[in-house]
Amino acid sequence: MPLADFEPVIGLEVHAQLLTRSKIFCGCSTRFGAAPNTHVCPVCLGLPGALPALNRAAVEMAIKAGKAFGCAIAEKSIWARKNYFYPDLPKGYQISQYELPVCKGGAVPVPGLRSIALERIHLEEDAGKNIHAEGGSEVDLNRSGVPLIEIVGKPDLRSAEEASEYLKALRLSLIYLGVNDGNLEEGSFRCDANVSVRRKGETKLGTRVELKNINSFRFVRQAIEHEIGRQVELIEKGGKVVLETRLFDNEKGVTRAMRSKEEANDYRYFPEPDLQPLLVSQEWVRSVAVPPLPQEVMDALIAAGVSPADARTIVNDPLLVDVHRRVGGDPRRAALFVVGELARAVNDREADLAALKFDPALVREVWSLQDSGAISSTAAKDVLAELIRTGEPPSRIVERKGLAQVSDSSALESVVDAVLARNPSEVERYKGGKANLLGFFVGQAMKELKGKGNPGALNALFKKKLGS
Amino acid sequence: MTPDLLPLSQVSDALAARTLSPEALLEASLSRIRSLDGKVHAFLRLTSDEASAAAKASGQRRAAGKALGPLDGIPIALKDIFCMSGVETTCGSKILRGYVPPYDATVVRKLKQAGAVIVGKLNMDEFAMGSSTENSAFGPTMNPWDLARTPGGSSGGSAAAVAARMVPGAFGTDTGGSIRQPAALVGCAGLKPTYGRVSRYGVIAFASSLDQVGPFAQDVRGVALLLAAVAGFDENDQTSSTRPVPDYAKALDLGTRGLRIGVPREYFGEGLAPEVEKAVRGGIEKLRGLGCEIREISLPNSPHAIATYYLVATAEASSNLARYDGVRYGHRAQATQLLEMYERTRAEGFGAEVKRRIMLGTYALSAGYYDAYYLKAQKVRTLIRRDFDRAFESVDAVLSPTSPTTAFRLGEKMDDPLAMYLNDVYTVPANLAGLPGISVPCGFDSRRLPIGLQLIGRPFDEETLLRVAHAVEPAGHPLPPLVEGR
Repeated sequence: MPLADFEPVIGLEVHAQLLTRSKIFCGCSTRFGAAPNTHVCPVCLGLPGALPALNRAAVEMAIKAGKAFGCAIAEKSIWARKNYFYPDLPKGYQISQYELPVCKGGAVPVPGLRSIALERIHLEEDAGKNIHAEGGSEVDLNRSGVPLIEIVGKPDLRSAEEASEYLKALRLSLIYLGVNDGNLEEGSFRCDANVSVRRKGETKLGTRVELKNINSFRFVRQAIEHEIGRQVELIEKGGKVVLETRLFDNEKGVTRAMRSKEEANDYRYFPEPDLQPLLVSQEWVRSVAVPPLPQEVMDALIAAGVSPADARTIVNDPLLVDVHRRVGGDPRRAALFVVGELARAVNDREADLAALKFDPALVREVWSLQDSGAISSTAAKDVLAELIRTGEPPSRIVERKGLAQVSDSSALESVVDAVLARNPSEVERYKGGKANLLGFFVGQAMKELKGKGNPGALNALFKKKLGS
Repeated sequence: MTPDLLPLSQVSDALAARTLSPEALLEASLSRIRSLDGKVHAFLRLTSDEASAAAKASGQRRAAGKALGPLDGIPIALKDIFCMSGVETTCGSKILRGYVPPYDATVVRKLKQAGAVIVGKLNMDEFAMGSSTENSAFGPTMNPWDLARTPGGSSGGSAAAVAARMVPGAFGTDTGGSIRQPAALVGCAGLKPTYGRVSRYGVIAFASSLDQVGPFAQDVRGVALLLAAVAGFDENDQTSSTRPVPDYAKALDLGTRGLRIGVPREYFGEGLAPEVEKAVRGGIEKLRGLGCEIREISLPNSPHAIATYYLVATAEASSNLARYDGVRYGHRAQATQLLEMYERTRAEGFGAEVKRRIMLGTYALSAGYYDAYYLKAQKVRTLIRRDFDRAFESVDAVLSPTSPTTAFRLGEKMDDPLAMYLNDVYTVPANLAGLPGISVPCGFDSRRLPIGLQLIGRPFDEETLLRVAHAVEPAGHPLPPLVEGR
């Protein structure tokens, strides 16, 4: 199998929109989904005479990401113009960073894989959007000037699967950091892949191909796998991979040549004369707080007794992490609730994690009711389900649904006596050694109590009365 | 002499003394424009209605003793490079014909806040690229001293309007000499401030690291008043300086005794017209007589300035002018394909000189040429700046001719771009070094064409420049024959 003789080498470039309220070089809103060309001003429209003014909140988020991934934060970085013509690029150039980016080096920890080294993280502005319609194209510049970080990974990935895992880990990390919303569909998290192959044992890199338009985890895997296959087949047939950009056709699952090196843009990068160099002091870097990354949160959950499987489920959704924290109490028990009752309710569309109807701290109240014997474990599940659905206080749910169980021995004793009196022959057989008849007696009593008897207390009472 | 013919600072005094009203002043200004501009073509358009309203409001403030400052009620005209909300702004280019900005440049906003009466927009070389105003897509401007000659450029409209007494003051921009050279050629004062002293927000960019806004007036005191109104930090221009703005007019009273003036030998060499040199040397002797110490100095890298400038300026311009693509505003050519639309829009919209510079700049930034051209030019730029740093250790200002010749004839240099570029040989170094420079009249040649003298100062030391310029400037401000002949 020729494929096995080759080693793929993959590096990803990710563009992540930063969650600042305003754009990177003007005060316009970054909100997604507004009517076209309503969040625009002279600066992001590229009107004659307009000049960029840096939004420091964007820099702060880049610093946060850089710190989280262990990058070196540059004390001085330089804005650069990347020149090319396209209708969605109003100035005819994109303000980016080229020779001196804000973050260098670092690595993204990928749970279950390893840390994947980064080349750099730099800041830049997003372009607008071309909308192609019947009879012509239109341009929406609401996105023009939305801040981006471009996270350039080293070519350290060796399979489509690894690439997909890295991408998932990176996305989740950025969400944890609060710098990106991880929305692939809306394009706030976008990925390009550089793919090459080489014969196993070879240390020199093969010619790389840049893949674009791979904006889902599934497409990333499909596109890379297809591209690896294409390159290997080409080499096996004696052909040569050419340096080019290829577009992934997600309907056909294939990559197609978009432009070759000869046709590639010469971006004519040069330092942006309208902005001062970006100076980031040590104090500024120190003042930026970095929340824990997913791997750290998972380690902490497992150390607290949560099963690795549950920990992974929770960590993969920052909303679940938040609910888990707010439930409080025993982390293991809270985890069981989160991946159990809560996940089920979400599945059944009884709950929306982004808009919970209940205060997670109330879960602990349900636990107390259960632990004190006031409700049965079965009833506790009902109460939790109702709590999730309505947010009603647990004690009220118990009362409204009549779920309180009878544990008081004086109240139970008369029922126990009556059951024994009604079943003399079973009593005889029990005393003769049929110990499993205890269940029958408890069942009878439960029937009498309409299921509200405390099974533990009934057990103990029957045993006592039967003298065993 | 009627009060409206006085230099700006005296007009300001007359307004303050209420011997002259803003309304009457505006009327005098508009009437002179009407009678002379058919010959001079300084204006691309007038903003008479807005100006009338502004003059009326100013008159009420003046009458109520609530003047906003020395410029309140003074007619000012602007190079057509300043964006003004609701007023067509073309930058002298066909590609922006009909373009109406939705916002005011910071300079425009500040002038309005100072009570200035903005009367119209002035002609210029297309995108400020040129030294004669002949590159305007709307026809050249004529020099009021000789209508067969150019007023210089690129702010030729500004210079001509002030020289012809159409307005007491005007604003232009100076990327390589575009304020100082035309000021010299029409015989008025023109100042290019330190890079970063005046906000560039709303000023249509030619070369961002070189462009700077500055004033024109007959008198140096007028220039000081105009600069004070527009200088200062602007959060919309992150290359603007946060340094406080001094009272420039006050500096003029300090005199020049004891100031050390450097005369760079490289600025008095080949190509300098003898009559120009003679007048400039006359200015030097005048300063010596006023107690200045004159020192010969050397700025050895200045001869490389023109070559350096035409790499840096064109590189930045090639990027700055990319936005004129026909997509959002301005001229758009008919086409069925995107690339065709771009190509035809730009082919039709830009003039020859603009295209030449876009091509030069694109080449200088191209892969494989960047290091040899753009990067090398930046290094030479640093050397030029260092020459000045060293000079300013021993002198307080540098003095030279502004332009090697007096006004040349229209069409004379249109077929020879290099000859045109050499007009800026003495002015370009200050732009590359980011330093303030001023041109002030120092005499006439035998054809009675004005000659200008340039002073270059330390960064943000416009005060010393204005002091020295004030000492050099002639006592009276002769009227061009065009104006006298009325």
